[in-house]
Amino acid sequence: MKPYIREKSTFTFDEIPEETCFEAGYLVTVNSGWRSVTPYVDADRCIGCSQCYLYCPDGVISMDGKVPVLDYDFCKGCGICSKICPRQAIEMR
Amino acid sequence: MKMNINALDRNEYFYGHKACAGCGGSLAVRAALKVLGERTAAVLPAGCMSAVGFNFPQLCFGNNAIISMFAGTASMLTGVEAGLRRKGHRDFHAVGFAGDGGTADIGIQALSGAIDRGDDIIYICYDNEAYMNTGIQKSGLTPYGARTTTTPAGANIHGNIRPKKNMFEIAAAHDIPYAATATVGYLNDFISKVEKASKIKGTKYIHVIAPCPTGWGIPVSDTVEVAREIVDCGLWYLAEYENGEYKLDRDPGEFASAENYLRRQGRFRHLTDQDIHTIITSRDRKWEKIRKEWK
Repeated sequence: MKPYIREKSTFTFDEIPEETCFEAGYLVTVNSGWRSVTPYVDADRCIGCSQCYLYCPDGVISMDGKVPVLDYDFCKGCGICSKICPRQAIEMR
Repeated sequence: MKMNINALDRNEYFYGHKACAGCGGSLAVRAALKVLGERTAAVLPAGCMSAVGFNFPQLCFGNNAIISMFAGTASMLTGVEAGLRRKGHRDFHAVGFAGDGGTADIGIQALSGAIDRGDDIIYICYDNEAYMNTGIQKSGLTPYGARTTTTPAGANIHGNIRPKKNMFEIAAAHDIPYAATATVGYLNDFISKVEKASKIKGTKYIHVIAPCPTGWGIPVSDTVEVAREIVDCGLWYLAEYENGEYKLDRDPGEFASAENYLRRQGRFRHLTDQDIHTIITSRDRKWEKIRKEWK
């Protein structure tokens, strides 16, 4: 399980919990608007070393077999993946 | 130390958080939770990671997580661990993620008490070398010469005049079962240490360097590179303390240029050659001791 985005983003007053507990992994907004540059993976160059997956601070890169898949909803465009890639297979543009 | 990247938990437990782009602290939290897994209760004091992780109703932890008082990370960990044990749970971890201020300044007595009691907890200090969440104020772990809003750089005083507290050796001086230092630049090493800590009974302390692009004045894409450089140039070291012995994990041998490391950061840009010389001299003195006394 990972935190995932829910359909509903507004709350009425009586839905707000009185206790200090609330469901884990409850996301309502995305982070894609923070980005000024976007990473794109060149699948031909990629060797599937998983370094981008390992070093992404937001964890938006997952490995589908040997190919990195990006979740553009939550990518902030920091460019760490592009710098860490040993084959320069990730381009920021 | 070896780590198999494919053996790592593919699930994300710290996702969709509102940390700045390129945040080193969030990388440390994410990597540690991947090792510890879903059956982990995380305790976070006031600080960046609680500010970015819990924006109701956006709750970014996939496991149980709770915010503690600033000073009480370790004491709340004690309670969480004891409570879960009392309720009959066996297979779980209680982990704390505190920043450098929450560890070395405000939370130090709670940490000291927890180590003294020998509670079965993991305490991870992500060290970004100042109070970044409130706008870059000096903490006990801010290094010599760094400019913060409370140690500004002027004509007479060039940033922070005090050296960094040696938190790793302070924890080790309690005769803790396991203490280690790490950096987000070498995640394999950090992940192996978290894994090792999760298997040891008693209090575990891990101190991980987590660069903050906002506070350090570096481009957001350079976090990992800078976190590697700090180890390569000898201003930080990767070490462990176990069974009463210090052990150095990585000796860079010939140091990379400390000047390059310092000059690339906005917080050190004002340093004169004399200041840099002071930093290098104190580094060499420390390393002489490390190489002589540690294994």
